[in-house]
Amino acid sequence: MAPRLMEGSEAIAEAMVTAGCRFFSGYPMTPFTEVLEGMAKKLPPVGGVCMNAESELEAIGMAWGAAATGTRAATGSTGQGLSLMQESITELSIARVPLVVLNMARSQAEYWQATRGGGHGDWRRIVLAPMDVTEATELAQLAFHLADRWRNPVMLYGDYYIAHTYQSVDIRPLDFGPLPANDWALTGATGGSGRARLVSPLGDTKQRDDVGYDMSEYYHRVHDRQAEMIAGTEPMAETGHLDDAEVVVVAFGTPGKFVRYVVNQLRDEGVPVGYVRPITLFPFPTATVLAAAEQARVVGAYENSAGQMVDDVRLAVLGAAPVEFIGGLTLDGSAFGIGPDITVPEIRSRILRLCESAGCVPEGVAR
Amino acid sequence: MTNELLRILPTDAPPTEPARLVDDFTPALIDVGAHNLCPGCGEPIAMRSVMEVIAEKGLIQKAIAVFGIGCYTAFSNNLDCEVLQALHGRAPSLATGVKRARPDTIAVTIQGDGDMVNEGLQEVVHAAARGEKITCILLNNGVFGETGGHMTATTTLGQRTKNTLDGRNAADHGYPIQMASLLAGLEGSAYVARGAVNTAGNVSRTKRMIEKAIEVQQQGLGFSFVEILTMCPTGWFIETQEAPEYLDDTIAAVHSGGVLKDITSTPT
Repeated sequence: MAPRLMEGSEAIAEAMVTAGCRFFSGYPMTPFTEVLEGMAKKLPPVGGVCMNAESELEAIGMAWGAAATGTRAATGSTGQGLSLMQESITELSIARVPLVVLNMARSQAEYWQATRGGGHGDWRRIVLAPMDVTEATELAQLAFHLADRWRNPVMLYGDYYIAHTYQSVDIRPLDFGPLPANDWALTGATGGSGRARLVSPLGDTKQRDDVGYDMSEYYHRVHDRQAEMIAGTEPMAETGHLDDAEVVVVAFGTPGKFVRYVVNQLRDEGVPVGYVRPITLFPFPTATVLAAAEQARVVGAYENSAGQMVDDVRLAVLGAAPVEFIGGLTLDGSAFGIGPDITVPEIRSRILRLCESAGCVPEGVAR
Repeated sequence: MTNELLRILPTDAPPTEPARLVDDFTPALIDVGAHNLCPGCGEPIAMRSVMEVIAEKGLIQKAIAVFGIGCYTAFSNNLDCEVLQALHGRAPSLATGVKRARPDTIAVTIQGDGDMVNEGLQEVVHAAARGEKITCILLNNGVFGETGGHMTATTTLGQRTKNTLDGRNAADHGYPIQMASLLAGLEGSAYVARGAVNTAGNVSRTKRMIEKAIEVQQQGLGFSFVEILTMCPTGWFIETQEAPEYLDDTIAAVHSGGVLKDITSTPT
């Protein structure tokens, strides 16, 4: 298909359908609403189902049911709606049900929610954070692959800019390699066989096996699988100018794209600054950030929040260099995360202040 | 089998003869007979009825049971029927996802009154209003049995529970929700009935209701619902053998039995 000019939310919907998503459920909330609209248009013609759920609780419940039948399914919301979904997102991980969850965040203050979550229990999940529409269409497809690969929910962290920016995109099916057979999925067919399938966060063994609900045994098994998932998932990050960077700036998502632009600009002006843009927020690209920090004078974390990812940066750096938070709460009155703090001049001045504190701004660089 | 064998003995009396296996009554789709529920509990009878209907209708390779959270959850891992475990109150939305993704399956939810009427009321009401082609089974004993006999939304006025020690009163605790009546009033529901498992007659009547509810789902006519009143002598704080009568006097006096709605029957 030739490249088409598409709004980000529609492009994400298109990418999900291209990835084989055939079930979507949601409850309107901007900027997630537009993805729901896109799925409502795109799924029926390909034989899929899009449900207008009565709340976020039912939205994720419906997606859970569909996903448990081996159907590629997705749901999502925005910060508050995802808060409502936390119980299910957690238990989906424990029940080992693959599901793609869109986090069309209004700012970057959902970092903790995405990577730690408000849910209970000892779960882990992969979180992918695109910086623009094109990358979002690729990562949306990767999310389905990873969910099926590890039988675990995977989150895509979008934002208002990604949802509402028009970009020319060429969406083709991406091949990420083979997947394990989904012979665990419910179809009804194994009933009466003596080995009827059970998909449950309370364990997948039968009483007949003389184990019943041994929650400890089951939790350990789930934990082992999640450890395997973390070990088997290469953290993804884009880096630039790190070879001789004395100042390193870490940022993700749309602000990450702005930071990249500013760093490239400053490099042209002779400032020894580089950047790391985490693409997987979990697992966090710890090794990349540490390697960059070891030869830097200072590391800055730019986020559109009061400072959440900075925790992971500090954990990665482990004292190898001072870590400064140079982001801030959104200045946008609507709280959609589109405020004046995500502009080149503002980000440039914050990065320059950091570089000045490290004493590495050459003469003549415009402030 | 003689009536002597069926005589209910007081649980505190020592048996007059050693236990022996009379027959294996385990339905084909229950893997092991043991369920660890209390003596006198009505839920195993209700579960058995549901599984018998699925087996007798030849639907075992199509059925997916979606379980809520309660004592009956003990059955989620001893059925030879595919099972999807839901969170407390959330079975109707999961069953919706199952049925919409695989319309060729028979989706049946098993939920208690705490699960369906307290925690997840919105779920079942919307599933019924959508005319979702699933069958929801409510095991209603008027208490949270698993937590030890606390008031639910279906507890009847005057009924004693652990947190209504002097009996539920309307002034403090409001009125019971009559689930079957509520759902029968929605356009999307096709079949709504309320049975009980406290007498042999009620068990067979209830089984016919389950059969009808499943048939309605097979025919794709809409949402079908069977409320089953079950005994909970432990949660009611009464002797085991008093429970069937207590059910009649206390629960069924408010949640009265019968077929409340059946769009397949011609009005007389």
